[in-house]
Amino acid sequence: MNQKPLALKVLDIVSLILLLAAAYLAIVVAPTEKVMGDVQRVFYFHVGTAWVALIGFVFTAVLSVIYLITKNLKWDRIQVAAVEVSVVFFLITIILGSIWARPAWNTWWTWDPRLTTAAIAELIYIAYFMLRQGIDDPDKRARFGAVYALIGGLSAPITFFAIRLFRTIHPVVIAGANAEAEGNFSMSGDMLSAFFFALFAFTVIFIDLFWNRIRLGEFQNEVEEMKLKASY
Amino acid sequence: MAKQKTIDNRQRAIGDERQSSASFIQAIGAIVWKDLRAEFRSWELISSMLVFSLLVILIFNFALELDVKTRQSVTAGVLWATFAFAGTLGLNRSMAIEKDRGCLDGLLLAPVDRSVIYFGKFFSNLAFMLIVEAIVLPVYSVLYNTNLFQPGLLLVILLGSIGYTSIGTLLAAMSVQTRTRDILLPILLFPVVFAVLLAAVKASGGLLDNSTFADVSFSINLLIAYDVIFVAASFMLFDSIVEE
Amino acid sequence: MITVKKLVKRFGLKTVLRGMDFEVKPGEFVALLGPNGAGKTTFLRILASLSRPSLGEVNIAGFKLPNEAAQVRARLGVVSHLPLLYGDLTAEENLRFYARMYGITNAQLRITEVLRMIGLENRRRDLVRTYSRGMQQRLAIGRAVLHDPEIMLFDEPYTGLDQDASSMLDDVLKTVAAQGRTVVMTSHDLARAEELATRFDILSRGVIADSATRRQVKKSNLLEFYKQALAG
Repeated sequence: MNQKPLALKVLDIVSLILLLAAAYLAIVVAPTEKVMGDVQRVFYFHVGTAWVALIGFVFTAVLSVIYLITKNLKWDRIQVAAVEVSVVFFLITIILGSIWARPAWNTWWTWDPRLTTAAIAELIYIAYFMLRQGIDDPDKRARFGAVYALIGGLSAPITFFAIRLFRTIHPVVIAGANAEAEGNFSMSGDMLSAFFFALFAFTVIFIDLFWNRIRLGEFQNEVEEMKLKASY
Repeated sequence: MAKQKTIDNRQRAIGDERQSSASFIQAIGAIVWKDLRAEFRSWELISSMLVFSLLVILIFNFALELDVKTRQSVTAGVLWATFAFAGTLGLNRSMAIEKDRGCLDGLLLAPVDRSVIYFGKFFSNLAFMLIVEAIVLPVYSVLYNTNLFQPGLLLVILLGSIGYTSIGTLLAAMSVQTRTRDILLPILLFPVVFAVLLAAVKASGGLLDNSTFADVSFSINLLIAYDVIFVAASFMLFDSIVEE
Repeated sequence: MITVKKLVKRFGLKTVLRGMDFEVKPGEFVALLGPNGAGKTTFLRILASLSRPSLGEVNIAGFKLPNEAAQVRARLGVVSHLPLLYGDLTAEENLRFYARMYGITNAQLRITEVLRMIGLENRRRDLVRTYSRGMQQRLAIGRAVLHDPEIMLFDEPYTGLDQDASSMLDDVLKTVAAQGRTVVMTSHDLARAEELATRFDILSRGVIADSATRRQVKKSNLLEFYKQALAG
C-alpha cells in the first residue's frame, strides 16, 4: 500500500556509497598524522557524527515549539525520529572520541566540558524516552515529550557553558588553536578534503535515516489506527 | 431590556477582572498557606526529607572517609548532593498530594491563571527545601565542627535552591501524571538541573575555602542567571503540563 | 445556559465525542446517562474547562470555551467521583482554602452556611482524612457550591457510596438544585437519576442518542427509554 518513494530508495543507496567513500578517504587517502599516528583517522567520523547529532538536537527543540503551538501529532512523530537518530549518532561520537582519547590523552574518558556535556545530553534524551514510556495517552505523551525536549535543549548549552568555567583539554581543531589543549593538530589538504567529505556524507546519511525513521513512525501510527478500527 | 442586560454583563465582566487581578498574589498565598498548614500538622514530607538527608551524609561520611583534610574539599559537594537527593523526595510527595484525591483538578477549576498554581507550588516546595536545609546545616556544622553559617554561603544555598525547585516543580508536576511516577523524577531532573548544581557547588566550595565574595561572584552571577532562565521557562511551560 | 455544537473530542487516534450537540436551559437538571466508555466523563471535563475540545463550540453562561475559561470557572461548581479535598486539612480549612482561590468575600460566613447545609457543622474541625466516603462527598459538594455557582456539574457523585450515604447525598443534591441552579449530572445509575433530574439525555457512541423530559418519560419506563435509545 505504502510503497517506498523512489527518492528515498535512491537516497538509501547514495548514503551507503557515501559512507564507503568517506571511509575510504579517511582510512586510505588521508595522510597519517605525524604525532598521533593512525588513530587520528577516527576523527573524521567523530566530527561527522557529532555534527549531525547536534543539528538533530537543535532541530528537536524547534520541533517541540512547533508541536506545542500546533498540537498536531505529526510533529511529535518527527520529533521522536529526530531524537532517536541523533541519540544513536551521538553515542557513536562518544565511542569514537573515547577510542581516540586513549592514546591521545592516555585515558578513555575525562571530565572535560565537552565530554561531560555529551554524557549529560545523552542522559537527557534517554530520560526523554523513559518519560514517554510511562504515558499511555498519545496527546499527553507528545505534550510532555515536547516540554521535556525543550527544557533539555535549553539546559544542555547552559551545562556546557557552566563546565567551560574550568579548563578544557579538548582540542579545538576548527576555531583556532587552544594553547592548553592536548592532542592538537593542524590539517593538511588531503585531511581537509577527507574531513569535509565526512561532514557531507554524514549529513546525507542522517537525512536518509531520519526519513526512514519518520516513515516507520507513520507505519506504527497506521497500525494503531487499523487496530482501533478492528476493535469497533 | 436588552440594553440593560448588556450593561449587566459588562459590569459583571469588569467585576471579574478586578477580582482575578486582585487575587493573583492572594491565590498564590492560599496555596502556600494550605501546603504549609497541612505539612506542619503531619510533618511527613519534611521529616522524611530530613531523615534521608542525615542518612546520605552518614553514607558519604564512610564512603569518602571524611577526615579533616578531605572534608574541606568535599563539604560543598556533599551538601549539594544531599540537598538534591532529599529534594526529589519532597518534590515528589508535594505533587503526589495534589494528585491523591484529585486536588490538582480542584486547583485547575479555580478561576485563576495557571501560573498561580505553578508559583504556589514553587514557593511551597522552596519553603520545604529551605526548612530542611536550615536544619541540615547546623547538624552538619556540629558533626564536623565547621561553621557553615556564613552570609555568602546562605545566599548561595538560597539561589541554588530556587533554581533546583523551579525546574523541579515543573518536572514533578509532569512525573506524577505518568505510570512510572515513583521512579521518574530524579531521572528527569538531575541531567537538566546539572548546571545549577555545578554553579552552586563551585560557589559554595569557594566560599568554604575562604575565598572572598568577589572571587566567587562570577559563579553567583551565573547562578542568578540560571535561576531567571529556569523560572521563566518553567512558568511558560507549566500550562502545557496541566492542560489537556 | 449551556450550548454545545458539533463537539468533537479525540484522544490521539481515538474519537470519543463525535459531533455532539447539547443544550441546557437555565434551571434544568439534566441527567446524562450512558454505558461506561460512552464519553460522559470526557464531556463533563470539557464543560468544566479541564479538557480542550478538538473541534466544535462550547458556550457556557455566555462565555466561550476554552478562550474565556476563567469566566466560566467562576460560574461553575464541579463534583467528581474524587472529592478534590486535602486529607491533612480540616473541613473548614479546605473550604477556607477554596474560598481564597475563588476570591470570596465574607468567607467565614459563607463557610458556616455551607457546612450547615451539608450537615457537617459538628465535624468542621476534624481532618478530612478521618471522614467516611459519604462525608467526604458531601464536603465535596460544599466545596463546589461555596462560590454560589450558577451551574453545577456532577460526575458520578454516587460512586462508592453505601445506601445511607447515598440518600443523604440525595438530600444535599436536592437542596442545591432547589436553589435555582442549572445542573448536569452523569450517572449510570438510572434510579438515582430518575429521582432528581428534570430531563434525561442518553449519550451513546459519542453523540446524544435521545433526549426526553421527565413528563415524557413516565417513571416506570425510563429503563425502556434508555434501552431503546442505546439500541437505536
